[in-house]
Amino acid sequence: MFKCKTSAEVGGMGHSVKRKEDARFLHGKGNYVDDVKLPGMLTMVMVRSPYAYAKIKSINKEKALAIPGVLAVITGEDLAQYNLHWMPTLLSDTQMVLPTDTVMHQAQEVCAVIATDRYIAVDGAEAVEVDYEPMDAVVNPFKALDKGAPLLRPDKEGQKDNKIYHWERGDREKTEEVIANADVVVKERIHLPRIHVASIETCGCVASYDKDTEKLVVYLTTQAPHAIRTIVALVAGHVGLSEEKIRIISPDIGGGFGGKVPVYPAYVVAIAATFLIGKPVKWIEDRSENLVNGFARDYHMDCELAATKDGKIQAFKVSTLADHGYTDSSANPSKYPTGMFSICTGSYDYEHAFAELDAVYTNKAPGGVAYRCSFRVTEAVHAIERMVDKLAAKIGKDPAMLRLENFIKKEQFPYASPLGWSYDSGDYEATLKKAMEMIGYEDYKKEQAEKRKEGKLMGIGISTFTEVVGAGPSKDFDILGIAMFDSAEIRVHPTGKALARFGTKSQGQGHETTYAQILAEELGIPYTDIEIDEGDTDTAPYGLGTYASRSTPTAGAAAAIAARKLRDKGKKIAAYLLEVSEEDIEWEVGKYFVKGAPEKSKTIQEVVFAAYTNIPPGMEPGFEATHYYDPPNLTFPNGAYICVVEVDKETGAIDVKRFVAIDDCGNIINPMIVEGQVHGGLTQGIAPAMYEGIEYDDEGNVLNGTFMDYLVPTAVESPHWETGHTITPSPHHPLGAKGVAESPTVGAPPAIANAIIDALSPLGIEHLDIPITPAKVWEAIQAHS
Amino acid sequence: MKHEITLTINGQSVTAEVDSRLLLVHFIREQLDLTGTHIGCDTSNCGACTILLDGMSVKSCTYLAVRADGAEITTIEGLAAEGSNHPIQKGFHDQHGLHCGFCTPGMIMRSVDLLKNNPNPTEEEIRWGISGNLCRCTGYNNIVKAIQQAAQEMQKEKETTV
Amino acid sequence: MIPANFTYHKATSLKDAIALVQSLGEEAKFMSGGHSLLPMMKLRFATPEHIIDISKIEGLSFIKEEGDLLKIGAMTTQTEMEYSDLLRTKYPIFSDAVKLTADPSVRNLGTLGGNIAHGDAANDQPALMLAMRATVVAEGPEGRRSIPIDEFFHGFYMTALEPADILVEIHIPKAGKHSGGAYHKVERKVGDYATAGVAVYLELDDDGLCKEIGIALTNVSAVPMRVERAEEILRGKEITGDLIDQAGVAASEDCEPTSDLRGSEAYKRSLVNTITKRMLNKALERARQ
Repeated sequence: MFKCKTSAEVGGMGHSVKRKEDARFLHGKGNYVDDVKLPGMLTMVMVRSPYAYAKIKSINKEKALAIPGVLAVITGEDLAQYNLHWMPTLLSDTQMVLPTDTVMHQAQEVCAVIATDRYIAVDGAEAVEVDYEPMDAVVNPFKALDKGAPLLRPDKEGQKDNKIYHWERGDREKTEEVIANADVVVKERIHLPRIHVASIETCGCVASYDKDTEKLVVYLTTQAPHAIRTIVALVAGHVGLSEEKIRIISPDIGGGFGGKVPVYPAYVVAIAATFLIGKPVKWIEDRSENLVNGFARDYHMDCELAATKDGKIQAFKVSTLADHGYTDSSANPSKYPTGMFSICTGSYDYEHAFAELDAVYTNKAPGGVAYRCSFRVTEAVHAIERMVDKLAAKIGKDPAMLRLENFIKKEQFPYASPLGWSYDSGDYEATLKKAMEMIGYEDYKKEQAEKRKEGKLMGIGISTFTEVVGAGPSKDFDILGIAMFDSAEIRVHPTGKALARFGTKSQGQGHETTYAQILAEELGIPYTDIEIDEGDTDTAPYGLGTYASRSTPTAGAAAAIAARKLRDKGKKIAAYLLEVSEEDIEWEVGKYFVKGAPEKSKTIQEVVFAAYTNIPPGMEPGFEATHYYDPPNLTFPNGAYICVVEVDKETGAIDVKRFVAIDDCGNIINPMIVEGQVHGGLTQGIAPAMYEGIEYDDEGNVLNGTFMDYLVPTAVESPHWETGHTITPSPHHPLGAKGVAESPTVGAPPAIANAIIDALSPLGIEHLDIPITPAKVWEAIQAHS
Repeated sequence: MKHEITLTINGQSVTAEVDSRLLLVHFIREQLDLTGTHIGCDTSNCGACTILLDGMSVKSCTYLAVRADGAEITTIEGLAAEGSNHPIQKGFHDQHGLHCGFCTPGMIMRSVDLLKNNPNPTEEEIRWGISGNLCRCTGYNNIVKAIQQAAQEMQKEKETTV
Repeated sequence: MIPANFTYHKATSLKDAIALVQSLGEEAKFMSGGHSLLPMMKLRFATPEHIIDISKIEGLSFIKEEGDLLKIGAMTTQTEMEYSDLLRTKYPIFSDAVKLTADPSVRNLGTLGGNIAHGDAANDQPALMLAMRATVVAEGPEGRRSIPIDEFFHGFYMTALEPADILVEIHIPKAGKHSGGAYHKVERKVGDYATAGVAVYLELDDDGLCKEIGIALTNVSAVPMRVERAEEILRGKEITGDLIDQAGVAASEDCEPTSDLRGSEAYKRSLVNTITKRMLNKALERARQ
């Protein structure tokens, strides 16, 4: 299936080479932030609010400071002296680093205890006495807009209520008109509850300021080290931390999934602490701190899908209420407060759509974008795919047939979507048909008909999604103003081995292997001879980091183009060495040869050596190239997922019998790694579909803030995934590649939800919000009997 | 209160002084500088801290260091000689059973115990056998394949050495 | 994540442990597997000043049939129970339960005694003990005594064990020719506590009538409980589908579940009904083999 241009030894695109980075992880020699030990290092532990909304009357540090080994207790008032108690968010809001008078969500950081070791710091945290005056928390986002609701952000100038912003896209009037006149309209309010990425490594840092050199080094669990460096310089510049003296090191990261993009308040406190004390300060959060800080999803979407009586989709409208917690700290590109949500029109060809969103404040943790969502594409796809299934059910049409009849056709690409995206490529029909064939769709339909006669509950669910990744073109995409390009810097040594650095940062995606494979493809140097490095802002070229599946689309492209610059230089050197003109030189992976006389050739290694030893007159010595890639467009991977379930009518238990995922991410660098990413994303797709959801009570207390009750799937809950591919290359990407790792988390939940609801449909059940648990199924069955 | 303990870690005898409340995982990571064993939760669910204690997989975050007096402990660093791979490590490498690597040491140590008690497990038995170890990256498919490969290889080794 | 300070004591024998707990008083707690107590201490929900480690006491780990009893030592680990041929072949109800308890690494250390001694209705073994009419053997300052299981669970987290008592053995009437037992718990995911669990243990006489039966529940009451009314419906009779249905209803009516993150009260009652019936059928099938 993958026709490789290079040999297995060179290991270019399409080869499932084993990962170069594995050895250290297999032997326990990974270097994660908590493994970092610096001389004189202190430990910081946060004291957190038990209340969702409360005034702080006083903080008594006395008992804590009396414990031997406790060196300091830092409060908001301490930070206020340096104007560090508030910080800007990525979306022009503000967030408390430490509060001076009010706490806004349960587990918010209240003060920080610094001690000589962790055990003492925890004792210190227990000994701090905080006097709170609890207030009635605003928990329900709909109630946040009530007339009598407390004003949660009086600190914001001009803020009169709890609305953050209103956003809209598309033609409201026309869309509403089409809906009003349509043969068939299906409506639903869909809530995607809060979930948490819960990467196995929690967040943390070791911040170390040297008072002599005035240099700050921060080992940080971050997916975007350069962005963090610039942000720290902007936030703390006034106290003397300037960007050339800040070094962010993102070492090995134990999973990110978007949860390691934000600047968490504790990072800033640790930086302030080391700045004041002059000793390294380590902060590593516990799991129960991790789970109640930050979140993903929490969109309440009122959807309307209109179609002809035959099921030809004509219009889609979605009005959303977004619960942002107490501040908008979601990590979206600045011009996209709702991320890529406007991809909600989906994989279908129709003209009219309108999407609007109101964001509100509540007494919950801030966050919003994370958990492998591609900037809100999970929300968008869940909405359209649930509604398409509702439409199929309403008109009595097979959901696969309905999709095939409405798909954007292959010939229509690049396709201008109703809300303004230009989808680059895809063959949705081929992808879905492949999934149907692989799972044996028609056989399952027959089986389902028979089982239904026996009263058994069997369901088949489909999700066909279009993703949008690779942010992004500088004219549209920036984080706090910094354009979302990315970079690659390649240096080939005299002996023909290479070192390449990138502005991205892997948290398990296999960059040390895949980038080497891209370079192997372009230069013919074996991937085993290419070292890849990321994450140290002192050495890596500037980039915006790894999240939203952007690395291959941006830095991967940069790698290809930088390599091609090197290849061009090499061509000149080869011409010089072979004593012909440049036009007479041709390239075949790893080798330059004379046109018509292929025996006259030079290997890339020989050419590189010459760049150091036998330089053509007038040419710059060395063999190095850097490229900053500004993508012309995003890339649009897509997929077709089909899920078969059986539901136990008595207990509500759901058995996922099969799940087939066909993904199309364009040209594939390493099939084994892509397949692994799909598996991982699918498990993070079944998780919110059936197991995960952060639950609050009416007072804003988080009810399931540990792994005992926040249900991360084990190998037993995670099905045996079956995967496959179709390939429609991206026409604008130098390698024809697209991003892929978030597609499964985007596509799986609606496939599973559709399957379960399909299973229950004979009982009259038409919709259920995820997570669909056995308890929820049972209650629905009772309600409908 | 401090206690003196003597134990064997990765084949080496170690004597140390530990506080009553020191958790074994912190003893291993902080006092012995063996940072391959990781911490991923605070409710004994995730398994990232799994080591072998007297041949059994144990969650070292839920074990007092002082209790380990007299024990024989193997951590990920001691599973195979420097530069070589235990069949389970090889299985994880060959089958792409790791992404970020954070759960991997615990997963591997758990697998050693799993295969000791059940040298020829079915896929279902493997999944139940690693149900105390969470992974967020891999989706488990390839971890299962890694353990299956290791089981096969270890069976072969047994047959050839007999 | 970090427990509060305490003093650790290692008990070398039962006598030693009892003497220690008597001298240290109220603030001393026993630790066997440590996987119930230590997690609570790490979250600082429990802050005992002294921990007496009884895990090193020899001679308390065994599984054997002796006379007309199955005897299991209190320090026998869940893993040892899982891999015991005797239990797997003759008392598969243990295999049912152990497989669903926590996870394999926790089972390496978790003990039978530890699973029973706290009186926690969320643990799995109490239901088995009740259904199998076990006898708890405890050792205290006054020596050894036997406590019938029906007199063991007093209240929420309260058992018949005095502060200086150590649970040392469980005795279960040996399986008869036509004994059968089964356990299942519904859980939200592997390793979770039960949303609802049911243990059924029965013995048929030579004519196939139900000679003796125990039906007990997990995590649907404050105190581990047997469903006497359901047992009554079946005791002495031929077990028909109709009687099984009635027993299920009785169990669902007599349990006392509360609504929580695992589900509503109504849902749990319904589960008790369904699982009771399924376990009765499974136990019956095993008894007839």
